[in-house]
Amino acid sequence: MKILIVDDFSTMRRIIKNLLRDLGFSNTDEADDGNTALPMLKSGKYDFLVTDWNMPGMSGFDLLKAVRADESLKTLPVLMVTAEAKRDQIVAAAQAGVNGYVVKPFTAAVLKEKIEKIFERIQ
Amino acid sequence: MSNSKTNHQSLDPEVTEKLQRQSEELAKSVQAGDFAQAMTVINELSEVRDQSLYREVGRLTRSLHEAIRNFQIDPRSAEQQEALSKMTDASDRLEYVVQMTSQAANRTMDLVEETMPVANAVRNEATELRDEWQRLRRREMQPAEFRELYGRIDRFFVSLTADADSMYNSLSEILLAQDFQDLTGQVIQKVTALVKEFEEQMLSLVVMASHVDQLTGTVHRIDETEVSAEQGVGPQIKAEEREDVVSGQDDVDDLLSSLGF
Repeated sequence: MKILIVDDFSTMRRIIKNLLRDLGFSNTDEADDGNTALPMLKSGKYDFLVTDWNMPGMSGFDLLKAVRADESLKTLPVLMVTAEAKRDQIVAAAQAGVNGYVVKPFTAAVLKEKIEKIFERIQ
Repeated sequence: MSNSKTNHQSLDPEVTEKLQRQSEELAKSVQAGDFAQAMTVINELSEVRDQSLYREVGRLTRSLHEAIRNFQIDPRSAEQQEALSKMTDASDRLEYVVQMTSQAANRTMDLVEETMPVANAVRNEATELRDEWQRLRRREMQPAEFRELYGRIDRFFVSLTADADSMYNSLSEILLAQDFQDLTGQVIQKVTALVKEFEEQMLSLVVMASHVDQLTGTVHRIDETEVSAEQGVGPQIKAEEREDVVSGQDDVDDLLSSLGF
C-alpha cells in the first residue's frame, strides 16, 4: 500500500505520516501542494491519496478534480484532511468524488475509522 | 433625501447663514429689477461655495496628515518608512509565531519519534519474558534455559530503568517545548491590539473619504463580490455560531451521509 500525503505544512505531513505508520502503512511519500503531487501521482503508482484543501499553488480541491479527470487516476481513493469546514465545501468535495472527509483538528481514531471505511468500500 | 440632511449638517453654520442672507438679497434684487446687483450677489454666492469647499479640503488634508502620522509611517524617507512601519513589525512578529510554533511542533515530534521505539522495545521484551516466565511456572524449562532467563531478567531490569529515565526525560522536554504558547500568546496579543488600532484609523479615513464624496457629490458603485471557497478559506472561527459551517467531524459525517455517503 503506497500512500501520498499532500499538505503545505511539514508538521501536518509528519503527523499524518506517523498516524499512518501506526495503522501499518509505512510506505508513504509527501508533497506540499497539488502541482507537486499530480506528477508524482501520475508516475508513482499510488494506492491512496491523503490531501489538505487550502494550499498555495494548486489546492487540494483542484487536485481532487484533476485526479478524477485523469483516466489512469480516476479510481484512486482520496481522503481529504482539512480545516475547511463550510457545508458548501464539503458538498462540493463530495460531488467532485472525494472518498472521505476529515476536518482538522482530528484524532487518530477518526483518521483510522475513515481510512478503514474507505478500504472496506473498495474491497 | 436622507443625504440632503447630512449635507446640510456638514456645512458650517457661518456658511449657511451667509447663503440664507445672500439668497434673500438675490430674490429682492430680482424682484426690484436690479439685475446688476443680482449678478454681484450670484458671484458672491459662488465665492462662498468655493471658500467653504477650500476650507473643507484644508480640514480634510490636515486630518489625512494626522491619520497618516498615526500610522507611524514617516513618508519622507524610504528607509524610515520601512523602519517605522508597525505593519512590517507586525508581520515580522507573526513570522516569529510561525517559526516558534513550527519549532515546538518539530521538537515535540522528534522526541515522540525517539520515544515510541523505546516504549515498543520495552513492551516486546516484557511480552517475551512473560511467556518465558509462564513456561517456568509450568515447569517446562530446562536448567540451562532457566539460567539464560535469569540473566535476561536481570538485564531487562537494568535496561528498564534506563528506558524509563529516557522516556521521562523526553516527556519533560516535550513539556518544555510547549513554552512557545506563552511567547507567541504575547506576540499575538500585541499584533491584535495593533490591528484594532489600525482598524480605528482606517475607519476615520473612510469617514473622511465619505466627506470628500459628499462635497464633490461622488457616488461609488460597489459590486458585491463573493469570495469563492474553491481555493480554500482556512479554519473557521466561531464555527458553533455559524449555520454554514460544520462544528466538527460528527457534523461532517451527518452531512455526508445525508448525501448518500
